[in-house]
Amino acid sequence: MKKEITWKIGGQQGDGIDSTGNILSAALMQQGFHIASYKHFASRIKGGHTYDHIRASHDPIHYQGDTTDILIVLDKESYEHNIGSMSPGGFVLMENKKEEKVEQIDGVTVIHTSFTSMAEDLGNKIIRNMIMLGSSAYLMGAHYDIFIPFIENKFSKKGQAIVDLNINAVQKGYEYMESLGLKPFQLGFPDEKKDMALMIGNEAFAYGAVASGCKFLSSYPITPASEIMEYMKENLPKVGGVAVQAEDELAGLLMAIGAGFSGVRALTSTSGPGFSLKTEALGLAGMSETPVVIVNSQRGGPGTGLPTKYEQGDLQTMVYAGHGEIPRIVLAPSSVEECVTMASTAFNLAEQYQCPVIVALDLVLSLNKQTALDSCRHDLESINRGKMLTDEELESLQEHQFKRYRLTDDCISPRSIPGQRHGVFTANSNEHSETGHITELPEIREKMMDKRLGKLKDLSIKGYEFIGGEEKPVDTLFIGLGSTRGVLEETVRDLQSSGESVGLAQIKMLHPFQPQGLKELTTAAQRVIVVENNWTGQLTGMLQQHLLIGEKLQTIKKYDGNPFTKKDIMTQLQDVAKEVV
Amino acid sequence: MAASLKDYRGDVSTWCPGCGHFSVMAGIQKALIKLELEPHEVAVVSGIGCSGKVSEYMRAYGFHTLHGRSLPVAQAVKLANRDMKVIASGGDGDGYGIGAGHFTHAARRNVDMTYVVMDNRIYGLTKGQTSPTSAQGFQSKTSPEGSGEREVKPLELALGAGASFVAQAFSGDIKRLTELISIAVEHPGFALVNVFSPCVTYNKVNTYEFFKENIIDIQDIEGYDVTNKAHAYEKVIETDGLVQGILYQQARPAYHTYLSGYPEKPVTAQELKPSQDTLDELWASFK
Ligand SMILES: Cc1ncc(C[n+]2csc(CCOP(=O)(O)OP(=O)(O)O)c2C)c(N)n1
Ligand code: SF4
Repeated sequence: MKKEITWKIGGQQGDGIDSTGNILSAALMQQGFHIASYKHFASRIKGGHTYDHIRASHDPIHYQGDTTDILIVLDKESYEHNIGSMSPGGFVLMENKKEEKVEQIDGVTVIHTSFTSMAEDLGNKIIRNMIMLGSSAYLMGAHYDIFIPFIENKFSKKGQAIVDLNINAVQKGYEYMESLGLKPFQLGFPDEKKDMALMIGNEAFAYGAVASGCKFLSSYPITPASEIMEYMKENLPKVGGVAVQAEDELAGLLMAIGAGFSGVRALTSTSGPGFSLKTEALGLAGMSETPVVIVNSQRGGPGTGLPTKYEQGDLQTMVYAGHGEIPRIVLAPSSVEECVTMASTAFNLAEQYQCPVIVALDLVLSLNKQTALDSCRHDLESINRGKMLTDEELESLQEHQFKRYRLTDDCISPRSIPGQRHGVFTANSNEHSETGHITELPEIREKMMDKRLGKLKDLSIKGYEFIGGEEKPVDTLFIGLGSTRGVLEETVRDLQSSGESVGLAQIKMLHPFQPQGLKELTTAAQRVIVVENNWTGQLTGMLQQHLLIGEKLQTIKKYDGNPFTKKDIMTQLQDVAKEVV
Repeated sequence: MAASLKDYRGDVSTWCPGCGHFSVMAGIQKALIKLELEPHEVAVVSGIGCSGKVSEYMRAYGFHTLHGRSLPVAQAVKLANRDMKVIASGGDGDGYGIGAGHFTHAARRNVDMTYVVMDNRIYGLTKGQTSPTSAQGFQSKTSPEGSGEREVKPLELALGAGASFVAQAFSGDIKRLTELISIAVEHPGFALVNVFSPCVTYNKVNTYEFFKENIIDIQDIEGYDVTNKAHAYEKVIETDGLVQGILYQQARPAYHTYLSGYPEKPVTAQELKPSQDTLDELWASFK
């Protein structure tokens, strides 16, 4: 019995790749499978090769896998790119209008047939994807009825005839494969059906934000972050909030700052080119001590770079962007579930520390579907708004101009929000006194700098997660960030099963860097291998700076626009291994 | 208890004696008093420049933002809390130079707020460079040969961008200025009040005398229809923009009224955590 299966469909954009993949993953999730997927797309609307790679497993997974069990080919590239990475005994379904045949190529069964004509025979070309799904079900060793609840749910409003047409289609695809006498994979179904949901990282973060009390979003469209704005446009009104499509990214962050100043939990979302534009306003948020959350879903840079491709090239930008020095927090979720939960951390920290919180996503995490257990919704932090004063507290201060920037021991000043009678003050991007008024007095400047830059000094949270069993010193410690988590956790598992002492420290907070625990792990390790997707080794540099790891720190990098495969890592691992004794 | 000038007094000013900005600030303060608004009910969001200091020198919830960036911040303050009266204010360089893009979009978006521009046709705080509203041929350290670019025409720009309220005032006529600002504050949409506010230190051309001699009042024009955009363009072009009064006023839906689901109560007053039912429903859409 197989405990997992990978399925891939490739064709031209506009071929219905997405919808077919979506139905398959939804149906498998309903059966209790965890899903991790990867979608490849080009920066154009119609045409251009695209594919959807879906892996379903009994166990939680965050990586779509290196190989393919079942491949559906709708264009030439799909075949050329993928035939080399088919798993033994795999099946290829080729759309072929001219001939129908079954051939064996290097242990892979290639079935030529026309799904389109089959669909036309049934009465409508549009149900081609249902036939392909039915065929896939057979090849997986599953029954086509896994699609039926889904079909009923989706089409019952359109009438029984449409429901029947779709059911006939999945059945047709299934029976056709059966008629060829092929021996399918034996996919075991999970014993229990878990309560799960399927979504992309952008949606997960947006949901998490809404659940954490976010009521304002202002963003400007950009790949791969736009879904956050789209989700908020649709859903913020349901919770008494408002989403604005701003005229540019400058306005995106500035508006969020205006809302944050007003006492609303506010968000702006963008990708690298937009983040660059926001830099100016980032300084304003830091200087005026305004809480705000900024999502930066990284794509390949610089300039407009690779709009639809992946990279982790903005790590330094997120940590250092802006002139002068401001407090900021940079968080990095690594799975869809974590996008949900970390949203609550981001909004809490922004208000507690009254500073911008940047959430580092990347294209792979932002756009690829994964399952999230329903239970992750209980892991959201409860709302903590930090130091907000009540009307009574403000009144008792008896201040004509409220000291919004009051000097305190923990460097965090209690806030008032516009509308509160006794809290009137001026927020300021110029250096200012405790009441917010401009000053250049050296002693006040010094105190205000100490206050702003000192306010994160007490922040101490576990900045990483140890992955690979119980946390203990290991010989080889991998360090990763964001979406590399999926492939690394499987690499670690493989190496462990061949007897090696390996673990993964997945960085969750990039700034202020949290060395606790990591210091011990890296000291104990014989080699520390950072895996990251950029040319300069930005994460490696930061770790070296904070942990002084020395020569045992090595980097595995990739910057061709695509995420790591397990094979990539294993290959590079052999090279770096040679250099360390 | 109605607020007085004392309540609206902020930090001690550093403007040059005689600067037009004093009157603009006084005009804003008096308008607010006239409208019986108290400082905590008002937000003054300013950009950077001598003009930008207005949020320091008057007392209200203030936000002294970045050069050219007051409008996005101000619009969000209003959207976040519809009970606040929001005034953005800054200079001509601030609003029509570095912030011109935001200005265009604020005008067409039509958030219910007021924008008071202190137009001195020069960059004051940076010591006298040519500004976007300096007339063609204007000489300064950055245009010693006389600037070749045509100047930005704030009223035409505002009309073109779709502002629903376009007015102009003059620091030398504080009564009219106060009146225009108070009407603007009550206009339920984006209201521009461009104020000729002489810089006595750096602009030796566009002085109080210059404006006094050249400005006409729209009230003095018989049969002028403020709801007629063609009229507005015509007069603005005819007078080369040297006109005070309300040039154009149109009842156009404010931004929040064309957003479905925008709450009746301020966003700031909404329960922070959504109801469990709503969250369940949102989550169910991922099933
Ligand atoms: C991004 C940025 N660029 C330039 C400046 C420098 N600067 C400060 S005020 C100003 C011009 C202000 O002119 P205006 O808006 O006309 O106001 P005024 O001082 O005349 O009242 C400039 C260019 C700045 N603060 N920020
Ligand atoms: S420099 Fe000009 S604009 Fe600035 S305060 Fe002096 S007079 Fe006013």
